Amino acid sequence: MASSDRSGPGNRGALYGGLPEGVPAGLAPQLVRFCEELREEGVKVGTAELLDAFGALSQVSWTEREDFREALAATLAKSQEDRRVFELMFDRFFFRAVEAQAVERGLKETRFQGGERIDLDDLRRQIEAAIRQGHDGEMSDLARLAVAAFGGQGESSGVIGVDVQRIRRTLDLRVQGRNGDQAGEGLDRDAVRRFEALLRRELERGLIHRTESLPPSKPLAEFDRALPGGPLQDLAQVHRVVAQLKRRLATGGHEARGRRRSQVVDVRRTMRASLETGGVPLRLRYRPRRPRRPEIYVLCDVSTSVTSASVFFLSVLHALHDSFRKLRSFAFVERIDEVTDIFERERTFKAVSQRIAREAGVADVSGYTDYGRVWREFLERAGDDLDPRSTVIVLGDARTNGREPHAGIFGHVADRAGRTFWLNPEPRLYWNYGDSVMQAYEPYCDGVFECWTTKQLEQFVNVVAGRPEINT
Amino acid sequence: MPEAQQHLAPASLEEVRDGLASAGYLASEAAALVSFLAYKLDKPVLVEGPAGVGKTELAKALSRYAQRPLVRLQCYEGLDEAKALYEWNYRKQLLRIQTEAAGTAWQDVQEDIFSEDFLMARPLLTAISVKEPVVLLIDEIDKTDQEFEAMLLEILSDFQVSIPELGVVEATTQPLVLLTSNNTRELTEALKRRCLYLWLDYPDAERELEIVRLHVPELPETITRRLIEIIHMIRNLDLKKPPSIAESIDWARAMLLLGATDIDRSLFDRTMSIIVKHRTDLDVVAERVGVKLDDGVLGQVRPG
Repeated sequence: MASSDRSGPGNRGALYGGLPEGVPAGLAPQLVRFCEELREEGVKVGTAELLDAFGALSQVSWTEREDFREALAATLAKSQEDRRVFELMFDRFFFRAVEAQAVERGLKETRFQGGERIDLDDLRRQIEAAIRQGHDGEMSDLARLAVAAFGGQGESSGVIGVDVQRIRRTLDLRVQGRNGDQAGEGLDRDAVRRFEALLRRELERGLIHRTESLPPSKPLAEFDRALPGGPLQDLAQVHRVVAQLKRRLATGGHEARGRRRSQVVDVRRTMRASLETGGVPLRLRYRPRRPRRPEIYVLCDVSTSVTSASVFFLSVLHALHDSFRKLRSFAFVERIDEVTDIFERERTFKAVSQRIAREAGVADVSGYTDYGRVWREFLERAGDDLDPRSTVIVLGDARTNGREPHAGIFGHVADRAGRTFWLNPEPRLYWNYGDSVMQAYEPYCDGVFECWTTKQLEQFVNVVAGRPEINT
Repeated sequence: MPEAQQHLAPASLEEVRDGLASAGYLASEAAALVSFLAYKLDKPVLVEGPAGVGKTELAKALSRYAQRPLVRLQCYEGLDEAKALYEWNYRKQLLRIQTEAAGTAWQDVQEDIFSEDFLMARPLLTAISVKEPVVLLIDEIDKTDQEFEAMLLEILSDFQVSIPELGVVEATTQPLVLLTSNNTRELTEALKRRCLYLWLDYPDAERELEIVRLHVPELPETITRRLIEIIHMIRNLDLKKPPSIAESIDWARAMLLLGATDIDRSLFDRTMSIIVKHRTDLDVVAERVGVKLDDGVLGQVRPG
């Protein structure tokens, strides 16, 4: 088996010496800067990736925007999450790079004149048509027209987000219902969103041209990648994240546990291994241990103070139900009620939340959370079932509305259960301020977590699944 | 091997795309580009995506296009190097020792039994030691454990295998390597660093239409179009297992066999089990999509 005459992995040798041919010199520093920005956003881009990116660029025609983007993405972004950040950063970075050049060289494009004379209805029809066809180039042209038209029509508020919404309202772009119920009437949600992004870009460009300077680049708002806290964000995205977590929970964690505790000899593999030593079983082979399936009790606050978060928590619950056979869920406000069977019967998230609101007897008179009563009732209902193998997870903000926290009773719950975790949808900074009594419960928990982004959720899941915490 | 050499270096991106198409695989822009880069940079490709979007199929198509044999390693939990890399053929070694006349020097026997004759090459070793270049498919890498991944690193970056008794076996030919993953666990950074990354997702309606038409050209286009429309609607529901491309094709074949001229409620109900494979999913789909078929919302086949 002779060594290969083709030189090993690629023409990398040349790369160490300099840039491959075909990549213009000005691009290299830009690309390095782009990678730095990616790193700041938590994408792990090493030197190896960077070199690969240059290698890839020397192979594709980098004047072709899509090829350029895909080649970079294939070499720099190595997970779906990274890819998402990449897309956001790519658009922003190269948009800024172009504008920076323009400002530097004092280039100004003649803005579209005569915006006042554009017929609004005509414009609206054209935009609708473009969105319907999903034609990007056309949409971008029309976004420019729209901005020109509205710029001429009235004062701009100075805040880009406000202007985008104002233009959208005036154009009367109606979005189609979620399930495509009124097909043909509204517009595709994604396409409208794309159009909004183009409007935003156009307005930004205008701003840059007026002020002749670039606004400072901000890190991607946590909001852009956070879990839905408000109605603005996309529930489907949580579901995707949770579905991924679910699969990881179901498969991972084998190697982290076991091997150390009592094991069962695998006769077949031992015999096979003994052939190596002439039929004498010198080395024993063991059966791999199955990970223990934890019994989980989830207590979820659904009161108004956590409205936005409980939507998210319920969807987490919803997804968890698929992966744990022994999962019992409870919802509470003033009182607590078991909702396990609702999750088992209902498939869609919407139906689940409706039925919880309708059927579960969780609210009584005031509609404020009463933790003391909740713990007491939980002990009555499920106290006998708790054992050292069970894990109790509380999802709530620990805001008692001035009522007595009854931490002692919570202590009983924690004593009976093997492990107790608390997930708080508020940032740690807000804990123990106002009526939050996190402090009272914390000593009884095996862990308290703030949980309002995917990353935090993932970290928590790692702990439950018995894997070490990943420090990020 | 002039023909093989010719296929080793496709000149352009378009060539790869057309080549894959002629091998029966309509690649997306990204898939074609990454395949092209894999050729050019000699890097393995890590393909991720939901089940049934054609990750494995891409490897098969590449093998057909490049006219290279496909060597496939299906990963599973507990896969070890004896199954993936190489194994000494103990039985043969034992026989060899037994048939050896007594009095042979130990040195001779040892040199003898640890030679290539007694080595059983498993897929990975096969892939790098064969004379003709191959396409190596390491399927569902996420099913194995991390130790196995670490073992792969040597092959993926240097295309060589170290066998303690024999020394280092270097690749005689450079295989084109594809790793697929369903993303059930995070792969290690080290592995990702050595790969190009490709995320495959369900294709949009137009491309899926082309794909199905490529595989089932006999089915009238109007029906195929409607079928794809329904499939896409089903994928938008929150299902345990959304229908894959392969299932769309199966469904189209079924339609052809049944001689369907129109997809109505009863036909849909009867054949639904081809695309939906979960009891609770069946209920959801029957409820949400079946009703629409009744209403005739999906009834009209839109032109174009």
